[in-house]
Amino acid sequence: MAPLLEVKNLSIGFGSAPPVVAGVNFSVASGETLALVGESGSGKTLTCRSVLRILPKTAQLRQGSIIFGEGDARTDLLDLSSYSIRSIRGNRISMIFQEPMRSLSPLHRIGNQVCEVLTLHRNMSAAEAKQDVLATFERVGFADPERAFRAYPFEMSGGMRQRAMIAMAMVAKPDLLIADEPTTALDVTTQAQVLGLMKDLQRDTGMAMILVTHDLGVVANMADSVVVMNKGHVMESGPAPVVLGEPGHGYTQKLFAAAPMIPKDPKPSEPLPAEDLILELNNVCKTYTVRAGGWREKKKVHACVDVNLKLPRGKTLAVVGESGSGKTTCARIALGAEVPDDGSEVLFRPEQGADPVCINALSRSDKVAFQRQAQMVFQDPYSSLSPRMRVQEALTEPMEIHRIGNRISRRDKAAEMLRWVGLNPDMLMRYPHAFSGGQRQRLSIARALTLDPVLLVCDEPTSALDVSVQEQILSLLERIRDGMGLSYLFISHDLAVVARIADEVAVMRQGVVVEQAPPETLFYNPRHPYTKALIAAQPEPDVQRPIDLAEVSRGAGSPASWPDMFRFEGLEAPDLIQIEPGHKVRCHV
Amino acid sequence: MMFIRYAAYRLLTMVLTLIVVSILIFIIINLPPGDYLSNQIAELRATGQAEGVAKAEFLRTEYALDRPLWEQYLIWVGVAPGPQGFSGLLQGDFGWSFEFDAPVADIVGDALWLTVLVNLAAVLFVYLVALPLGVLAAARSATWVDYTTAFVGYLGLATPNFLLALILFYYGHKYLGLPIGGLMAPEFEGEPMSLAKVQSVLVHLIVPTFVIGTSGAAAMMQRLRANMLDELSKPYVETGMAKGLAPAKLLTKYPLRMAFNPFVADIGNLLPAMVSGSVLVSVVLGLQTIGPALLTALKSQDQFLAAFVLMFVALLTLIGTMISDLLLVLLDPRIRYGAREG
Repeated sequence: MAPLLEVKNLSIGFGSAPPVVAGVNFSVASGETLALVGESGSGKTLTCRSVLRILPKTAQLRQGSIIFGEGDARTDLLDLSSYSIRSIRGNRISMIFQEPMRSLSPLHRIGNQVCEVLTLHRNMSAAEAKQDVLATFERVGFADPERAFRAYPFEMSGGMRQRAMIAMAMVAKPDLLIADEPTTALDVTTQAQVLGLMKDLQRDTGMAMILVTHDLGVVANMADSVVVMNKGHVMESGPAPVVLGEPGHGYTQKLFAAAPMIPKDPKPSEPLPAEDLILELNNVCKTYTVRAGGWREKKKVHACVDVNLKLPRGKTLAVVGESGSGKTTCARIALGAEVPDDGSEVLFRPEQGADPVCINALSRSDKVAFQRQAQMVFQDPYSSLSPRMRVQEALTEPMEIHRIGNRISRRDKAAEMLRWVGLNPDMLMRYPHAFSGGQRQRLSIARALTLDPVLLVCDEPTSALDVSVQEQILSLLERIRDGMGLSYLFISHDLAVVARIADEVAVMRQGVVVEQAPPETLFYNPRHPYTKALIAAQPEPDVQRPIDLAEVSRGAGSPASWPDMFRFEGLEAPDLIQIEPGHKVRCHV
Repeated sequence: MMFIRYAAYRLLTMVLTLIVVSILIFIIINLPPGDYLSNQIAELRATGQAEGVAKAEFLRTEYALDRPLWEQYLIWVGVAPGPQGFSGLLQGDFGWSFEFDAPVADIVGDALWLTVLVNLAAVLFVYLVALPLGVLAAARSATWVDYTTAFVGYLGLATPNFLLALILFYYGHKYLGLPIGGLMAPEFEGEPMSLAKVQSVLVHLIVPTFVIGTSGAAAMMQRLRANMLDELSKPYVETGMAKGLAPAKLLTKYPLRMAFNPFVADIGNLLPAMVSGSVLVSVVLGLQTIGPALLTALKSQDQFLAAFVLMFVALLTLIGTMISDLLLVLLDPRIRYGAREG
């Protein structure tokens, strides 16, 4: 069959610099899904946007052609006038973007924004368009299409917004759908459902799809063929089972090695020792009162409900959950950055056998001492380092605040920490902008280490990084933990990352811990439907292990939709019950 | 329903604010030692004019200036009985201007409405000029359109208003035959409203509007341009492009709507800035607005006149902010439905 879209020898560049996309070739046929895979800076996004010619103003299409159409009606999209390309955009080729939060106008109703496609390209009246749009809304899984039609984007969750985006892209029944990281900003269970939906829609309509992603797991679940890109060049391309099964190119192999995976054949493991706890959270609750303005009613939000966590010295305790699960609140409470409700207790033992100190009732001087011993590594290495401070200033500032050493000893310490995180001490005089994302995360780890802490709270330390960099940072964290005898409270949304680094995992959902066990035990014998859903939703870079959508939908809903044994509503959660040594599940007996 | 509740809430806070503002104004005006009359009495004594002293003493008791400050305030507002019974702002009695020796109402009378008229015209001018130019400058950023509008805008910001006024008067009169000074031809002053009077006022308004509005328009234009540029780089603009929207439609439907919020929110700030900012211009152009009256009243501690003018400006400000707040609620669903979120 002749391909629907053929990209030939495409080159894109900026200014007089060498091209950032160079000599890219691929083609996609109707009914087929092509995945463009690569890390940040690989040129995959520019490539897919050039199809619709939605490029930054300064980008130049230097070479190549993009042939689109069937039979005799084939045209080069790059030759079309701006008027003609507009009649193709949204009509025959449509696009879905990465951030559903920001890709819809916040001031216009969803229905209005989707209808626009039809009134624009099909000359429909508003009433006719509404009929079509409501049907599409129903197809993409809105329980109440009328309500969705009237809603504003901010009234919807991320997953729902992405469904609205998909509806917008699908409503004109395009021949080709381009999806640019469509699920990267979504929670993993939502991602599974959205991917499932896209697949269904493709089967219904027979359209072609170009899926841009960094996630080999998503590729394995969706793609018929794969193009792997790196630094603007195609590294490898071919049918998905071949590329994923036996990657030929070194770069693809490297990507595979770095991709975190849930172990294939987990064995149950020993529970953690219960003595020498460095950190203990006992019955921790946190309630926020949301005030929206003088004339509105106040609302109470339960961020954490009755959380009990124990972290033995030298180990890693991971708290896993999706957005809104309360995992970050837990971390902030553990650091004393947030005051928990009355009746909560957070205990910290700086060294073995020491008397526990209660973090939420510290005197001023004890608090300063505690802040030296417990440090945090943040999620976003781009915004957690001041762009106006040299590396040396950033690394010595904590010591200055705590009045440790003199100028020279501080600088030596900073240099030593740089070596620990695998950077060169020569870099002390540089500014953060001279570093890549991974290097910046190394810097912020080094900064956390300068005070010789015993406890490190890592809040999603790898989720802003590329896969291969993520792998390096995780190795680094493991090396430092074992080399310096640190203990980690590790916050993450990603079970596969946690599987690798954690000694124990607590799975949180809507403020409560639903299951807690060592990772191997958790993967070997998950009991809670939500844990099962999380595991099932994790896309694996293995064509043989597709996402089990049925399992996902059993556990990903609200607690009221869980099977009898686990179901609860509001705050009436059942107790966390130990079902085997070191394995606790929240269920009715 | 939500909107009516919000409007009622805003109205209530506005009244409360007005009360606080009135107290502050009264205190501040009375901060310098003495008052108009005690100053006058001292001066009369020094020059030995006894009968004048008697009149001034009489006025002091007549207007309760001999009483404690809090009592004076209550009498001024009209919630406590003064020498003439309840007669204060609430009853529509604005007090007596010692400087002009006439009731405040008579002095500000026409000037009040002319002030509102001049400033409304200026605000309208600001918006009509800033909106298209700001949008154009953003849509064609870093082209000659952008640079030209920025140049003209900075000229407007940098030129002193009174200088601009003199220049415009000179050339306006020389080439276009525009009238110089005042807000109407002298023969209409004090006359009842007529078509000819309206015409005269409109012709006289041209130069003042331009002078008072230019710098505001320039500032507003730059703000709108910056807002628009921010919005133009948002992902939803790309979504619109990917839909196949034509550039002009895309621009006006999405980013402009978003950039409009700060634009609307500025209404409240614009009014008082113009009233107080136009004092000098009013003096130079000989406009019969309350600006010059305020200046005289403050200089001579003519407290009732000054207090009334300041209250009037405060009221304008509060009405302006209320209008912009209510408009924002109508324009932005995130504010309207914020409570439904989450």
